[in-house]
Amino acid sequence: MKTPFNYLIIPALALMLGACGGMDSMKTASEPEVSEPAKVTPPAASRATTSAVSNLGYINGIRIDRENSPDSIRTVYFEYDSSEVRTEFIPIVAAHAELLASDSSKRVVLEGHADERGSREYNVALGERRAISVRRLLLSSGARDSQIRTISYGEERPAAVGQNENAWSKNRRVKIRYE
Amino acid sequence: MKKHTVILTISATLLLSSLTSLASRLTIEITQGAQGTTSVAVVPFGWQGTQPQPPQDISLIIESNLERSGRFTALERQDMLTRPTSGIGINFRAWKLLNVDYLIVGNIHETAPGEYQVQVQLMNVASEKQLAGFRYPAGRDTFRRLANQISDVIYETLTGERGAFNTRIAYITSTGSQTLAYDLYIADADGHNAQSIVRSAQPLMSPAWSPDGQKLAYVSFEGQRAQIYIQNILTGQRERISAFAGINGAPAWSPDGRRLALTLSHKGNPDIYTFDIEARRFDRLTTSTAIDTEPEWSPDGSHILFTSDRGGKAQLYKIPAFGGRAERMTYEGDYNAGGVYSPDGKYIAIVHGRDQRYRIALLETDTGHLQILTDGSLDESPSFAPNGRILLYATTRAGIGVLSAVSVDGRYQQRLASQDGDVREPAWSPYNQ
Repeated sequence: MKTPFNYLIIPALALMLGACGGMDSMKTASEPEVSEPAKVTPPAASRATTSAVSNLGYINGIRIDRENSPDSIRTVYFEYDSSEVRTEFIPIVAAHAELLASDSSKRVVLEGHADERGSREYNVALGERRAISVRRLLLSSGARDSQIRTISYGEERPAAVGQNENAWSKNRRVKIRYE
Repeated sequence: MKKHTVILTISATLLLSSLTSLASRLTIEITQGAQGTTSVAVVPFGWQGTQPQPPQDISLIIESNLERSGRFTALERQDMLTRPTSGIGINFRAWKLLNVDYLIVGNIHETAPGEYQVQVQLMNVASEKQLAGFRYPAGRDTFRRLANQISDVIYETLTGERGAFNTRIAYITSTGSQTLAYDLYIADADGHNAQSIVRSAQPLMSPAWSPDGQKLAYVSFEGQRAQIYIQNILTGQRERISAFAGINGAPAWSPDGRRLALTLSHKGNPDIYTFDIEARRFDRLTTSTAIDTEPEWSPDGSHILFTSDRGGKAQLYKIPAFGGRAERMTYEGDYNAGGVYSPDGKYIAIVHGRDQRYRIALLETDTGHLQILTDGSLDESPSFAPNGRILLYATTRAGIGVLSAVSVDGRYQQRLASQDGDVREPAWSPYNQ
């Protein structure tokens, strides 16, 4: 009875990934769960089941071949007052672009964020500029315009709390979220 | 100089009516008293009624209002030698000995169950004459509003300027640890009667009062998209006016209330637009490839102030309200953003960044002279009282967002802190109409 067991694992995996989505994605890279997506095609018998199956589609879509694959990292961090994608994040963004290019049904939301310094609406604009930088890079690496939506939360949804560079550096980010 | 904490009492009716109000109650702490103020004595009001106490201590509300303005120092109750309740038979000599300049006396009379008559008189101790005297009807629910109104009358009589006690403030809170809840609150100017008018699991931002004080425009990220709403605060009904792709932000009302200025980025990058509320038409005002945001109308409606990094760093610019050439307004410091006009247009309050500190500064419109007013490092969102005397702004204390107020001469400061969670983006309402 292997199949039902797999069915327990996959929603659990979905939950874990979902939970990771709200956290610092740098951590996601080292978590082993994402490296085990092997059995992803549900057997025909399951097609009659309900919304839980359609939720699985989200997980199934992301093929991760090995632990720490670049596209398992979903947060791009930025320098203070900068929207330039740092060198170390370029291959990561490119890996996401490849994923998008390989499957035109995939969609991402790029969520731009800023640290708390300065005025709030200006920070919304800074966050958007960061999201647009990542978008440009995705487009130049093969993703389609229609696959990408951007939104900026400015400083309104911090990933880390604290009035210091350590927290601020975690908040200057673009989160790549698959829809 | 006088330093003390005023934690204002909350009425029993409010306690019963709303737990959210209780949780988000703001308390006021005067952190820096002013010198050279006028000395007043607000004598506890007399009481004739069936209960041992009147529904509200009106004289205490008046006293803390006057002190909060930064222009008055009130005599402590225990230092009062006599406690007159009307202008008749006052021993003025005793008050002169206490260096009291003005005396406020009054009484409350229960005329029928739940109906009251409040009498108040403002006396000049030196001339021994009455400067103002009124009699008002009051109900249980209108006591606090009446106390604020009386405070306005006294303030205006003594300073020649309109008081702003009977006004409101709007602000945003975020509460919770794992999942945040965002609220848009409206409270009385002293922090009382806080009521959430919007609650969302997604961020709320940038509340802006309509000039008639009846509506608030704000940004909501519900549905994970930025949208601008206008909400009628009396009916609770709201209308979505903008939900383009990208930024829909920074709504600001024109002085005539017919248009909003706002930031949209659906054409590629953030630009300033105006929106004609009746005609439902958007007009684009700026077209730079830089960030243009945080529009603010000049009080005469002739032009719009905004923040732009077209020169490399965030600075303030202004542009004619119906289009034209933008003109740079600020040059000092690394960062000048979020400008708001004083009601008379003589000053612009800004978020001024220098040496990694962000503080509130006042820019004199005519001369360009810049004066730093606050002493935090993450100060933002300045908002003028409708009489222009006090600036409310957001700052942090022990890592938590709190509201602070500073008199525009910088001499007097107070803090409004919530019991829990972050408080930010204060917006002071226009005068009650």
